[in-house]
Amino acid sequence: MTLLDVRGLSVLLPSASGAAVPVVDEVSFAVHSGSVTGLIGESGSGKTMTAMAVIGLLPEGASCSGELWWAGEDLLAADPARRRRARGREIAMIFQDPLAALNPSQTIGRQVGEILRRDGLPRARVRERVLAALERVGVPDPARRIGQYPHQFSGGLRQRAMIALALAGEPRLLLADEPTTALDVTVQARVLDLLRRLRAETGQAMLFVSHDLRVIAHVADEVVVMYAGRVAERGPVRQVFRAPHHPYTRALVESVPAVRAKSVPAEPLPGAPASPLARPAGCAFHPRCPLARDRCRRERPEVRALAPGRHTACHFAEELAAGARP
Amino acid sequence: MNGLEVTGLRVRYGRGRRAHEAVRGVSLEVGPGETLALVGESGSGKTSVARVVAGLARPAEGTVAYEGTPLGPVRSRPAHVQRGIQMIFQDPRSSLNPRMRVGAIVAEAWSAHPGVAPPGDPAEAVAALLGDVGLDPGVAGRRPGALSGGQCQRVGIARALALRPRLLVCDEAVSALDVSVQAQILRLLIDLRAAHGLAMLFISHDLGVVRQIADRTAVMRDGELVEQGGTEEIFTAPRHPYTRELLGAALDLGAALDLGEGVTG
Repeated sequence: MTLLDVRGLSVLLPSASGAAVPVVDEVSFAVHSGSVTGLIGESGSGKTMTAMAVIGLLPEGASCSGELWWAGEDLLAADPARRRRARGREIAMIFQDPLAALNPSQTIGRQVGEILRRDGLPRARVRERVLAALERVGVPDPARRIGQYPHQFSGGLRQRAMIALALAGEPRLLLADEPTTALDVTVQARVLDLLRRLRAETGQAMLFVSHDLRVIAHVADEVVVMYAGRVAERGPVRQVFRAPHHPYTRALVESVPAVRAKSVPAEPLPGAPASPLARPAGCAFHPRCPLARDRCRRERPEVRALAPGRHTACHFAEELAAGARP
Repeated sequence: MNGLEVTGLRVRYGRGRRAHEAVRGVSLEVGPGETLALVGESGSGKTSVARVVAGLARPAEGTVAYEGTPLGPVRSRPAHVQRGIQMIFQDPRSSLNPRMRVGAIVAEAWSAHPGVAPPGDPAEAVAALLGDVGLDPGVAGRRPGALSGGQCQRVGIARALALRPRLLVCDEAVSALDVSVQAQILRLLIDLRAAHGLAMLFISHDLGVVRQIADRTAVMRDGELVEQGGTEEIFTAPRHPYTRELLGAALDLGAALDLGEGVTG
């Protein structure tokens, strides 16, 4: 079942020159219940702004258009009260930097229990639920930890506490923006395992934003690959990464160094990721694309279905699917 | 052995009861033309080792010697050592002076080391160096703010190469870059290493990158070196339990796609 249906979402940000810059440009994808959708891209891809538009935390001056279908309503057209309820309660978010997201002057227990207290739960009951939440995310000795402050937690524990906080209100959708990027390798592995376990146990749906293909391959069912504010390709994560239908996805996959096998650095793409401030005409990826030809410089490719569940925005995706190499 | 020799290195920060020992007795060698990777998590002491080698931090105990010369802080080093060891930083943008033009940034070090200053027109020498690192010579007239992260990292590498170093200390030199740009810089480092016979002390937390670039790998934890050896040996037959834990926790794209199961689960 479709939980969140993003249709033609665009986000404009004001720029220094005064002109509005489309940082997200007609992006469409869905998140299904019990499933994890990964949003992947490099700098300027618009992945974080897409997530921020969903949760309603766009920076000041940003404007947003398109449709965000949530539980039968378009949140962008809904009244503010409905929007607040959806975004405070039904959709929760965890951030890359828990230290910036947590209140340094309140105990962990108070912050995790906040939403439950707002529901009018009696104190003893709130404490019980908070202890259970901390235990569930693997915070050891929760009875002692509940009275501590964020600075007394290690980076990994803080991230767990923030996950507990986000889950306390039993959201239907969890948004995660690079939640493990700042963590050490061994801590990252444990937090990812925790997220996978939560999903397996409770069917928690997630929209997971990351620049790291390894993380997305590890946690996601579906992936949306973004480039310069647009969708390059989307589909089931293993199909997309194993047999990309967009040359950008293929280049990304090839540039991830292997740990389990000896590899040599891939033939790199030329140049840098396109900035939304200077988006190339036609296909935004064409200046870096080994398959680019005239049509790519002239005509913007629309996202189209190439196979059931697989969508791509490449004019020549058929050639790629058939195994073409430059 | 006549490259870099680090013996019994200890590094402390702070004094008295608040002192923290970041490096606790580390010995390692980097031979001429060899790449040694130093891996570990935050707090392992790997960056402290790099800073001592580059002369940016002082050891509490132990010695660092380079081509037979014992090394102190950077200002006390003989000129040929100062220029012989160059550092590439994690954040390419903040390691470049934003007010200076790229050409001046690259040429700056020649005034301190006239011995390696090119004969003839310095602008031409700068253009040649920029070409060596894959930048258009026109970049010389621009400031770092006008460049992408990958271009800034190339400028940092050109600046290091201007001094004709023998050893590059790379501290997370590709960690902050987009993955498609990271591949470019790795390729560049490997090509330059071959062209100039450079040795590298390559600090990284990314085990995949290390496996691609390093001849030997040393694993650090809590200020100690727990294991070192040939890179393939470390990755295929790790002996220390911590090395095994680190390798087991590292995500691998191929494994995630083939097995269907995660690699940590």
